[in-house]
Amino acid sequence: MSKKILPLVLGAAMGVAATTAAGATTLEDVKAKGFIQCGVSQGLPGFSNPDAQGNWTGLDVDLCRAMAAAVFGDASAVKFTPLSAKERFTALQSGEVDVLSRNTTWTMSRDTQLGLNFAGVNYYDGQGFMVRKDLGVTSALELSGASVCTNTGTTTELNVADYFRANNMPYEIVAFEKADEVVAAYDAGRCDVYTTDASGLYAQRLKLTNPGDHMVLPEIISKEPLGPVVRQGDDEWFNVAKWTLNAMINAEELGVTSENVDNMKSSDNPSVKRMLGVEGAFGEGIGLSNDWAYNIIKNVGNYEETFNANVGPDTPLGISRGVNALWSNGGFLYAPPIR
Amino acid sequence: MANSDTFQIRTEEAPLLPAPVSTTGVIGWMRKNLFSSISNTILTIIGIWLAYSIIAPFIQFAFVDAVWTGENREACLPQDGGHSGACWAYVEAYFPQFIYGRYPTDQTWRVDIVFALFALLLVPLAIPSAPFKRTNAILFLVVLPIVSYFLLTGLVIGGAVVLPIVETAVWGGLLVTMVIAVTGIVASLPLGIALALGRRSKMPIIKLVSIIFIEFWRGVPLITVLFMSSVMLPLFLPEGVTFDKLLRVLIGVTLFSAAYMAEVVRGGLQAIPKGQYEGAMALGLRFWPMMYLIILPQALKLVIPGIVNTFIGLFKDTTLVLIVGMFDLLGQIQSSFTDPTWSTPSQGHTGYLFAAIVFFVFCFGMSRYSIFMEKKLHTGHKR
Amino acid sequence: MSVMEQDSAGAPARASLVNDPKYRGYFYQLLLVVLLVTLGYVIVTNTIANLERQNIASGWGFLENTAGFGIIQSLAPYSETSSYGQAIFVGFLNTVLVAVVGIFFATIIGFIVGIARLSNNWVISRIAYCYVELIRNVPLLLQIFFWYFAVLRAVPQKREKWSFFFDTFHLNIAGLRGPKPIWEPGAEFIGYALIIGIVATIAVSRWARKKQDATGEQFPVFWTGLGLIVGLPIITYFVTGMPMTLEHPNFVEEGPILRRGFELGVGFNLIPEFLALTAALAIYTAAFIAEIVRAGIQAVSHGQTEAANALGLRQGPTLRLVIIPQAMRVIIPPLTSQYLNLTKNSSLAVAIAFPDLVSVGGTVLNQTGQAIEIIGIWMAVYLSLSLITSAFMNWYNQRMALVER
Repeated sequence: MSKKILPLVLGAAMGVAATTAAGATTLEDVKAKGFIQCGVSQGLPGFSNPDAQGNWTGLDVDLCRAMAAAVFGDASAVKFTPLSAKERFTALQSGEVDVLSRNTTWTMSRDTQLGLNFAGVNYYDGQGFMVRKDLGVTSALELSGASVCTNTGTTTELNVADYFRANNMPYEIVAFEKADEVVAAYDAGRCDVYTTDASGLYAQRLKLTNPGDHMVLPEIISKEPLGPVVRQGDDEWFNVAKWTLNAMINAEELGVTSENVDNMKSSDNPSVKRMLGVEGAFGEGIGLSNDWAYNIIKNVGNYEETFNANVGPDTPLGISRGVNALWSNGGFLYAPPIR
Repeated sequence: MANSDTFQIRTEEAPLLPAPVSTTGVIGWMRKNLFSSISNTILTIIGIWLAYSIIAPFIQFAFVDAVWTGENREACLPQDGGHSGACWAYVEAYFPQFIYGRYPTDQTWRVDIVFALFALLLVPLAIPSAPFKRTNAILFLVVLPIVSYFLLTGLVIGGAVVLPIVETAVWGGLLVTMVIAVTGIVASLPLGIALALGRRSKMPIIKLVSIIFIEFWRGVPLITVLFMSSVMLPLFLPEGVTFDKLLRVLIGVTLFSAAYMAEVVRGGLQAIPKGQYEGAMALGLRFWPMMYLIILPQALKLVIPGIVNTFIGLFKDTTLVLIVGMFDLLGQIQSSFTDPTWSTPSQGHTGYLFAAIVFFVFCFGMSRYSIFMEKKLHTGHKR
Repeated sequence: MSVMEQDSAGAPARASLVNDPKYRGYFYQLLLVVLLVTLGYVIVTNTIANLERQNIASGWGFLENTAGFGIIQSLAPYSETSSYGQAIFVGFLNTVLVAVVGIFFATIIGFIVGIARLSNNWVISRIAYCYVELIRNVPLLLQIFFWYFAVLRAVPQKREKWSFFFDTFHLNIAGLRGPKPIWEPGAEFIGYALIIGIVATIAVSRWARKKQDATGEQFPVFWTGLGLIVGLPIITYFVTGMPMTLEHPNFVEEGPILRRGFELGVGFNLIPEFLALTAALAIYTAAFIAEIVRAGIQAVSHGQTEAANALGLRQGPTLRLVIIPQAMRVIIPPLTSQYLNLTKNSSLAVAIAFPDLVSVGGTVLNQTGQAIEIIGIWMAVYLSLSLITSAFMNWYNQRMALVER
């Protein structure tokens, strides 16, 4: 009769599937289970995308691999959970994933009201517009009267409303649940404009029937700093995420790559020595081994390497470094020093 | 012969009447069924035109213009601006993914075994005259789920890896469709029976709770149930306890289909004549033995078609899980559209057509079976 | 039972409480209540703890906050500065619109196909059979995708159009456009006239039925009713000085390219998402309704048809006056559940960007994170829609029920 509790009993019986974190810190927990559970997108080329064999690649994916390398010295000790925009925060909050690396925009409300912490920025993005070349439009300010396709449940939907209202332009919004449906509808001509983060536009353009017929307009209408997210209140794990990213950026700045990292161990540069664990005990300070950064660089590479491999000019996405260059090259990337 | 003029004697043969309109053979059949009147003829012509205008382009797309072999999109691109047909080469390339999702390629034999076991146990269960029904049912409803569970997820005994763990995030395609539909039905059957009995119970609170439960789940759309299980269920659990995403969906689907199952079973219970209850009670049977020995065996047999129909509905509804980001057959097909290697104008149509054919074959087959059982069962209780 | 357990010696052996079905019933029910309360308590405490830990706000205050996103089709006034509450209300109206239009077309198609399945014409009955089997056995979501993307690919692009009905209606990828009535002061009288027309028609049909019962004379109720319902408002329209004008869609062919095509917000527009969703829902549900109609008609004894034929009724009147009214009694209960299914299935709008309740609610959920409140609204709305539909259909069923002496 009281069969309403059956599902719970069922869940308990299938206990293998229901994982219990016994209140330990995330880092201890991750070390105990032997891998990092990483929340990624459901398929965004260049950032997190599975191929036909189910191998994940992308900038966001490499960040998770780098964290695995830092913790275990093994970049493959990571499992990926594809998440929709709607589920991503719940999945992190409930402990289903240990880190969310899913081109997620750092905003104040997300940082403060959802019980989450952003560990840094691994890609400085901004919302852009893509249109058909044959429309002859060259600026977003000419988009008055357009119908606009976008994803629902993201900041882009709000930005586009603000932008069109601020410029007093009438528009029509068609908001889809999944990115693939947006692309299909835009491709069929349902909308004049496709808007999302500029990086996403380049990635999604690959899926159009004739990518060459479409162009991204120069205007960027919002700030979209994308970065990895962890749960609030677990500083140890927060540090691991933050410094994994910083180590990759510092490595690029110091010229350490996956190829020369072994030679660099004998470098005279004290910054390099500190980073690679030859001097000091910085790894222990965040609960890892001292060669944590060496493992990241050796197994995954520095920021430049992952950028060029996934989204850079030689990939189908063909995105130039732009604002994502190092501060010393006129970009925004600036990591605090390891010392 | 005064009144000889009242006689008439025919001196020549009557004119030959034309042969009666043929009522047999092809012509006669057509005359009777297609062209019996002017309006009927018009209807026939409209019908034939309608059928032609649907079937002809379909054949053109699926067979005539179709591309059967190829390595990548080049093979399926429309030649010199003509129409492009179905790109079956793409389905062929993606076929393993449509069946297993991203299940590790060297482990897919485990899925094959589960499918084979499932078919092996289901077929004798479905044939009314096959022997060992009870053993078969126990194997199917109890042993098979346990075996499948370990086969699919993996088995580690005391640190020794017998079968490597395959987490559910990489499951996909037909595998997920089948897992959700079959688990949903098998798990909702006992729950549904309990609810149906509860709804017919004389104890007011139990009756009320059952009615509220059934009507609640029947009143809301499955998609909100799925959103609930993916967004709200984690909030119900204590801190640190998380359910696997597939398990959460399964819980939602089970509760949802249990309500429908309860109504199907209730229909069966109502069809059992009161005399059966009275006879059982007269024999001194208590409630559970009466149900277990007398009522349920009869009632459940009666509702087999209803269960099959519920299963068909659930099988089709599993497609909704793609909205909450899982990869069932349709979800897997949709996700393959993002692969630039196969991106052609006909890719979407081909993928959807393939999904439609798979679902049609399964659902049509099951509905035929349901009708067959209905006819077979119809004789027993006719009075 | 306890009575029967008295032994023959006459001493009323008190059966132990454990064996008394009455007390056992109490015990089971108490157990159930305790279990449910415990379960509820666990869920509520967990939820509260989780919400606090995750810093998620709760309560209904968010409904007053500014939504900030646009909605492509709304039956009520809505802009980006409206509140979340208004956004959800707009979504609710869209759900109702899809459900009502879908039910209307599903019923018509369903009856036609159901009757066609019983047609003597082999071709027609085969086509109806194939329609039913094909549509019933393919998932609705797949059909919605099919209709949406088929519609998008088949119709003219945004800056072209197909026009029909003397250039009043236009179809292109942005939707189906038509004239929109603009009401001016005094227009309410047209509404009153319409209501009067409907009431008068009901009265006339009652009177005509009585007259036919009494004298056997028939009165042309249909034409009189049509005249009353259509004619009265038209007369009022002219008498009150034409207080309603039609706003025709404005097809711009010059100027900036994005401004070409139909001007936004002028005239009446049904977006392609709505058309595809309604078409898919109507066609899918119609297949089930067709089966119900067929079963209902077959449930009417063949003697009725023969009797009607013997009275000299032709096929049309036989169906309309003899068969269908009797079949309706069998048809209505399952028809009700199909209407409910259609209403619930309209939630699949979320897959193709039609802003229905679930779709808009999902957006709000995403922005506020208030899952419990939003899902609560969803469930409450669908449950009440279900209850209202069943109540209406039950009322109709009672009206149609066989009046026995």
